[in-house]
Amino acid sequence: MLRFFLIRILRALVTILAVLTFAFVVLRMSGDPAQVMLGPDVPQESVDAFRHAWGLDQPLWIQYISYLKAIFTGDFGVSMRDKASALQLVIDRIPATLELTIPALLLKLVIGIPAGVYAALHRQSAVDRGVILAAIFGFTIPSFVMGLLLVLIFSIILGLLPSGGQDTWQHAILPILTMSIGGIGILARFSRSAMIEVMGQPYIRTASAKGMNWADVVWRHALPNAAVPIVTIVGFMVGSLIAGAVVVESIFSWPGIGRLLVVSVSNRDLAVVQCILLVIAAAMVVSNLIVDLMYGWLDPRLRSHSAH
Amino acid sequence: MTADPTRNLVELRDLKVAFDGVQVLHGIDLDVRRGEAIGLVGESGCGKSVTWLAALGLLPGKASITGSVRVDGDELLGAPRPVLERVRGKRIAMIFQDPSSSLNPVLRIGRQITEALAIHRGLAGDAAKAEALRLMDMVGIPDARRRFDLYSHEFSGGQCQRLMIAMALAGQPDLLVADEPTTALDATIQAQILDLLIELRAETGMATIFISHDLGAVSQVCERACVMYAGRIVEQGKIDALFDNPRHPYTRGLFDALPRLDGPRTRLVPIAGTVPNPRHLPEGCAFAPRCAHTGPDCLSERPQLRFNGVLGSLACHHPVGAAPVAAQPVLEPA
Repeated sequence: MLRFFLIRILRALVTILAVLTFAFVVLRMSGDPAQVMLGPDVPQESVDAFRHAWGLDQPLWIQYISYLKAIFTGDFGVSMRDKASALQLVIDRIPATLELTIPALLLKLVIGIPAGVYAALHRQSAVDRGVILAAIFGFTIPSFVMGLLLVLIFSIILGLLPSGGQDTWQHAILPILTMSIGGIGILARFSRSAMIEVMGQPYIRTASAKGMNWADVVWRHALPNAAVPIVTIVGFMVGSLIAGAVVVESIFSWPGIGRLLVVSVSNRDLAVVQCILLVIAAAMVVSNLIVDLMYGWLDPRLRSHSAH
Repeated sequence: MTADPTRNLVELRDLKVAFDGVQVLHGIDLDVRRGEAIGLVGESGCGKSVTWLAALGLLPGKASITGSVRVDGDELLGAPRPVLERVRGKRIAMIFQDPSSSLNPVLRIGRQITEALAIHRGLAGDAAKAEALRLMDMVGIPDARRRFDLYSHEFSGGQCQRLMIAMALAGQPDLLVADEPTTALDATIQAQILDLLIELRAETGMATIFISHDLGAVSQVCERACVMYAGRIVEQGKIDALFDNPRHPYTRGLFDALPRLDGPRTRLVPIAGTVPNPRHLPEGCAFAPRCAHTGPDCLSERPQLRFNGVLGSLACHHPVGAAPVAAQPVLEPA
């Protein structure tokens, strides 16, 4: 078990390092921060001074090594724009993002999973067809379209909800809805197919054949088996709690991580972008780790497999 | 309620099953007396398992079932779910072909057995555990106490089938339906499971339905057997009569297809052709296209299953005679 855990952590660190390296190289290859920050009409001396001040005149690999060194001492750099600690900028934005993504995740769970399970248990019924249709509708419409559609309906036509900003709790409703609809659809589809698969298994027939009532067959024998594939998807959703709001935050002018990322990328604010990517990668990696541990808890076959 | 001991335990009458409009079971009549062991024999897809899954209401919802299934006179077909749930496991228990996948992989074995004890005998806690351990011991699981909390993947296939049997015994059923219980197991384990079934029947007095395509196994376990073909019973009789003197050409064919341990090595005689598609059954006898004794009446008129006195029942216009071997098998060239 310890070995399994250590290997997982090592693998997680390698993943994060790969993300960091990738972001570092791509950001520096794809544009010059000095040009963006200072504008086009600035004398060459100012550009050179800026590049020297931020160490951008060094060879790439030296920049990379000093960047890694700094990271390991907990220094995530300074924003070129605000001259503030990049990490602090990112941390300040996390609560706003979680205000949207956590309620959205809860909605996905409490609507998506029961809808999918119910549809699976009432296969071919009108409800089942309705769930499939709604699920396809939910996850095929991109969030920028969905967001605009909801704004059109609830803000412009009905005038019920504000279309952007973060002033009151009403401001959060449309972004949360926009974010959750696709995930509800995905979870409903997934839970439905997982449940259909499980309900067709011989052990479900055994449970019925021993005289167990149907509700117990579903709750005690089917759901624990269907949980394994569902947990995989939920794990991804948990992992993207921080990253999952880029588009929606932009549409609804919500001051979270997503907006910060968009602004920082267009400003070539290297330290901030790198720091956001690091946080996102870490969140993904941690949730994957949790999912792996959950597998072992949910499915004893995997438990003994990983122990050996 | 004390049941009339002379009355049949289970009576199937004209049991028919169709999936999506395709008839797969064409009217099964079968009486099961208390304590008797009946074999159901036939090729895959002939309706052996479907008969009993239908009787217990275990087929998927798209199956349409007609006819009558009575347990001690109480009708099961169309009965509400709670009535079925009281029969399942309590009056009629069932074990299945693939024991490893018939046990829930994420629940501990002990719990799966105590569940059945809780449902049918109201046992809980230590009493349930003690009884479950006794059952595990009874079906020959060594070191039951230590293995009570293990999962199904930690047992071999044969042990899983023993556990299935223990679970089936939990409700003290009047009838155990064993649906190809040894098919997925290797030969030595098969023999052990058969012995266990015979032993348990002797101890508990429960009736047994033994579904199998293995004639040898059927003859070991059962007193009489029904041979099924394309959703019908085509021959039924006491094991001895059936084995010594099979009357239906299909039954005959099943015996000819068996390898013999004694005598010279001979080529096995397969039954020509394949099982007909249930969507396109022949008009007359379903076996006629594969039968060596087909006459014109076989193609036009389906033979009814007729009771034949001591010989049992038979559905054939041209039964094979009492002659021991119809055609001498050709010696296999060296």
